[in-house]
Amino acid sequence: MTDKPTTTDQSAPVTELLDEPIEKARHPFMEAWDMFRRNQAALVALIILVLIIIAAIIGPSLYGRDPFEMVWAPFTPPGQNPDFILGTDYLGRDLLAMIISGARVSIIIGLAAAFVSVFIGVTIGALAGYYRGWVEEALMRFTEFFQVLPTLLFSMVIVALFGASLPMITFAIGIVSWTAVARITRAEFLRIRELEYVTASRASGARDFKLIFGVILPNALPPIIVQSALMVGSAILFEAGLSFLGLTDPNVVSWGQIIGSNRTYFLDASFTVTLPGVAIFVTILCISLVGDGLNDALNPKLRSR
Amino acid sequence: MSEQPLLSVENLTVRFAMNRRGLFSPATHLYAVDDVSFHVNRGETLAIVGESGSGKTTAALAAARLVTAYEGRVVLDGEDVLPLEGEELRQMRQKVQFIFQDPYSSLNPRQRAEEIVRDPLQSLTDTPAAEQQEITERLFAQVGLRPEQRRLFPHQFSGGQRQRIGIARALATQPELVICDEPVSALDVAVQAQILNLLSALQEEFGLTYLFISHDLGVVQHMCDSVAVMYMGKIVEHADRKSLFNNPLHPYTAALLSAVPSVDKTLREKSKRILIPGDPPDPTQKQVGCRFASRCPVAQDQCRLSEPPLTEIAPNHRVACHLVDEKAISPL
Repeated sequence: MTDKPTTTDQSAPVTELLDEPIEKARHPFMEAWDMFRRNQAALVALIILVLIIIAAIIGPSLYGRDPFEMVWAPFTPPGQNPDFILGTDYLGRDLLAMIISGARVSIIIGLAAAFVSVFIGVTIGALAGYYRGWVEEALMRFTEFFQVLPTLLFSMVIVALFGASLPMITFAIGIVSWTAVARITRAEFLRIRELEYVTASRASGARDFKLIFGVILPNALPPIIVQSALMVGSAILFEAGLSFLGLTDPNVVSWGQIIGSNRTYFLDASFTVTLPGVAIFVTILCISLVGDGLNDALNPKLRSR
Repeated sequence: MSEQPLLSVENLTVRFAMNRRGLFSPATHLYAVDDVSFHVNRGETLAIVGESGSGKTTAALAAARLVTAYEGRVVLDGEDVLPLEGEELRQMRQKVQFIFQDPYSSLNPRQRAEEIVRDPLQSLTDTPAAEQQEITERLFAQVGLRPEQRRLFPHQFSGGQRQRIGIARALATQPELVICDEPVSALDVAVQAQILNLLSALQEEFGLTYLFISHDLGVVQHMCDSVAVMYMGKIVEHADRKSLFNNPLHPYTAALLSAVPSVDKTLREKSKRILIPGDPPDPTQKQVGCRFASRCPVAQDQCRLSEPPLTEIAPNHRVACHLVDEKAISPL
């Protein structure tokens, strides 16, 4: 490319433009945040959720009481002893300490399991949606195989076989819940790969890897983000279900485990079951509301509402 | 004409597989581009015109290796590009760039304007980052965008500005051939003129070769050196601008030309409006005879029986019609 006219000579603009006020660059996600802020329910839910997460991170060291230690008479109802605001469980352990320390485990499992399922789902959905043909055919049959498995039973089998450690529980939850993400990702890829800017990127010489992860995936993110937010909630629920059935790491406290271990005394001391239940309920509700707000904010078709 | 053309397309065929009716029924294909040949000389503009579904965009996409061709040769700068793979294909992409029809869907909404323009440089060349930045800045000035607009996202631009970004992107690797796929059809008329002027000015400045696709002969009139008219995957007439606009020989070309509105009153009264009834026939059915016969006002029996070949009836004037002979008189 030597004989071509080079672009080094400074040429004047071909058309004069009017002086307009300088516009600030606005990332699409910033606009989504503006939209999200207008949804009050979602905003309140987000604030509560942040508080719960902060409590989960610094709460145990701040409150300082060991959740496994038997500190007082069993079944002390809430409010009776100012030292134990939420009362004690069937072994006389402080319920507040248990709920605070359970928050950490529940949220970590929720996030990690959602991450596992999003990772598997996005990879499989992206490959299926991008390559089409037999790749899609094979990956989607594989996805359907996991879809028809009874999820709770399958994860119980995994935990029962490989032991109830936190990583294994996380994996067991992740492995049964990625199918929805895979289908959403594939659907988005099928739509976006036909758009002109993908062709334009191919004309600009982008390789498959860049097209998948640099061009299509960022544009497919909004529904995936919403789905993963909801996934965190359902993973927390799932973990609660597993530990209610006793399939949990006995060395850590989680919300489901508190409910599970106290369930026999439900009629005599219902607060031991309802209080961690309320914690689960509030957290899941907040996650759902935030997910809903994200959906409205990230889905341009709903923007006009 | 001593120089060989920059792009020459020979017997290009692009077909798409149709959904099979049953598991064991034979695969059927839709021939979107059927045995099409044309060439573009260096520094010139060839316009391909035709109605929706005539295969003009598909032909261009196949020439740029963005759609897989079924048969034929696409010779760019003396090299057949259809068998290229991997690194060679990426080398070829530097020379051929594409300007897309719809400026709203052809820019990645998650990229800043400067990232969009820099993309081809990053993917196709080893230009150092500083130089990439320099080139990007220069391109922004050349297509008439302000420097502070570089960091904006596509949704913050108007349609015309977006198309300028698309043009800047296409020019980033200093291509030799720029394929403009209806670059102005999504814009309103005032902006259309701006963009067309910009394209002409850039062609002059960089010695670009354009393959210009359009359905609007009025737009083409100002841009091109020669015109190929496509109908249902075939070229029906291919001539330099003057002979095509002054003496359209194929009835379809004549009808298209008569549909271009004219401001000149005497010209308007002189030209008669040629109406072609109906829609193009079903492209999935193999045609016998001339493809235009079902809508042609002067079709004869032989038109329905055998397909007319594309023959050169005058220098640089090829037409596919049974009713046109060496005298080059329009059958209408």
